[in-house]
Amino acid sequence: MQHSPVSIAFDGVGQVFTGNDGKPIQALADLSFSIRHHEFVSVLGPSGCGKSTLLRLTAGLILPSSGAVSVFGLTVTEPRDDVGIVFQSPTLLPWYNVLDNVTFPMRHKYGRVLAEDVARAQALLALVGLKDFAQKRVGELSGGMQQRVGIARALLLDPDILLMDEPFSALDALTRDEMSFELLRIWHERPKTVLFITHSIPEALLLSDRILVMSARPGRIAEEIVLPFERPRTMATLSDPRFTALANHIRHTLFHKPEAA
Amino acid sequence: MAESNRPLARLLFWLDRLTPALAFVVLLVVWEFSTRLFAIPSFLLPAPSRIVGDAFQVDAGIWLGHIQSTLRVALIGYAVSILIGIPLAIGLAKSRFLSRTLYPMLVVVQSTPIVAVAPIIVVTLGSGDMPRVVITFLITFFPIVVSTTTGLMATPPELIELSRSLRAGAFREVMQIRLPYALPYIFSALKISTTLAVIGAVVAEFVAAEKGLGFYIAFSTSFFKIPQAFAGLVCLVAISLILFRAVGYIQKRFVPWSLPKTER
Repeated sequence: MQHSPVSIAFDGVGQVFTGNDGKPIQALADLSFSIRHHEFVSVLGPSGCGKSTLLRLTAGLILPSSGAVSVFGLTVTEPRDDVGIVFQSPTLLPWYNVLDNVTFPMRHKYGRVLAEDVARAQALLALVGLKDFAQKRVGELSGGMQQRVGIARALLLDPDILLMDEPFSALDALTRDEMSFELLRIWHERPKTVLFITHSIPEALLLSDRILVMSARPGRIAEEIVLPFERPRTMATLSDPRFTALANHIRHTLFHKPEAA
Repeated sequence: MAESNRPLARLLFWLDRLTPALAFVVLLVVWEFSTRLFAIPSFLLPAPSRIVGDAFQVDAGIWLGHIQSTLRVALIGYAVSILIGIPLAIGLAKSRFLSRTLYPMLVVVQSTPIVAVAPIIVVTLGSGDMPRVVITFLITFFPIVVSTTTGLMATPPELIELSRSLRAGAFREVMQIRLPYALPYIFSALKISTTLAVIGAVVAEFVAAEKGLGFYIAFSTSFFKIPQAFAGLVCLVAISLILFRAVGYIQKRFVPWSLPKTER
């Protein structure tokens, strides 16, 4: 892993928005980090620390006010084909069934869905555990199942990079735990570089190779934590004493450092 | 216990379902008997039986001619409203320039009482279906434009980001995401507009026409044939209701997901 090429790099990135009162708001300040190929990195922080901005910068949906974001060594100037996004809410299209939602990126980007796309979508549905739900209306699915469809949709164009914006935050606690392990399994079968935005400390600890802990306004990296847990992660990881210790440490960083600064 | 209650429960169930119809029947009965009891002259308030009786004295072909004329104007005006209103709404939703320039004008048009403009339109556009269709269009198109625009703007921002991340282009964004998302809004406007279309056609026929139910009502009234005017009114209500239900049926049949879960 040490010698893997860099997938995503932020170099002195700052982001300024104009607020509702017309005054500039510094969302991110001088952010620099890089993510290696097939690394799973979580960005953890309180609401309003600019985590989602960071994801949208990587996706090319917005451009930085200063500094540069690059993907595979190339500066991001617009959305790229090799980046897939899983949003906070599943944002499926209620007029399509599950299969048509998964093939939607093809229909939307190229205006047609070929037989091979359907076959790929069916394989992805099997991967996310929804093999028998292809013909169901999305309204019939539970929240967790809908987000599985969202993951399958993001994987359809076989992106090298998967951006996930608090994908499980709208789910109930039990489904959320289940989906974390499901995501680990999917990631194991389809290795990707993952940038995972979350405000859940256990979720970040369980999933990631590395955690970037952010502080609020302007968003900065308060601490970088490389996780010691071996893979595959299991239920046992959750009861590892180091897991609890790290969780406490991160809580301390999040709640005490801003006051000291 | 539950077994012995069943006939009673069933009776209550049907009573509940039939309540609206029963209320309507009671109203008709009260109407019928009060006109007889108080000897109300038929040119003030004709009894329901008198309305039906007089309606059948008029030749069915004449009725059909009037109905057809009104229905044609209402439906053409309605169709034109949809064909102009929805693309206009797309323009308003996608272009700040259009919404800044056109929207105020639309509000001015909407604030103008169309009934007052109708005679002017007839003078300008002459006889024939044209002025009637224009009047109907002016009455129906505003709700369609406003609802469609609202629906297009209500699309979840994340879906728009999905579209942008795929670099699909503005056309596909509108056709594959925004417009389908706006369908529930569009259908509520389409339902309201059926009634408005009938109103538009009647207003136009009041002003200048030699055919149609609006003309027939105005004509009958001027000869004090009030029961026949009432019969014309009943036809108009029937047309409005049928058009309204037809749009509801189309929505249920072809886009059931756009209905609230309880109505599917």
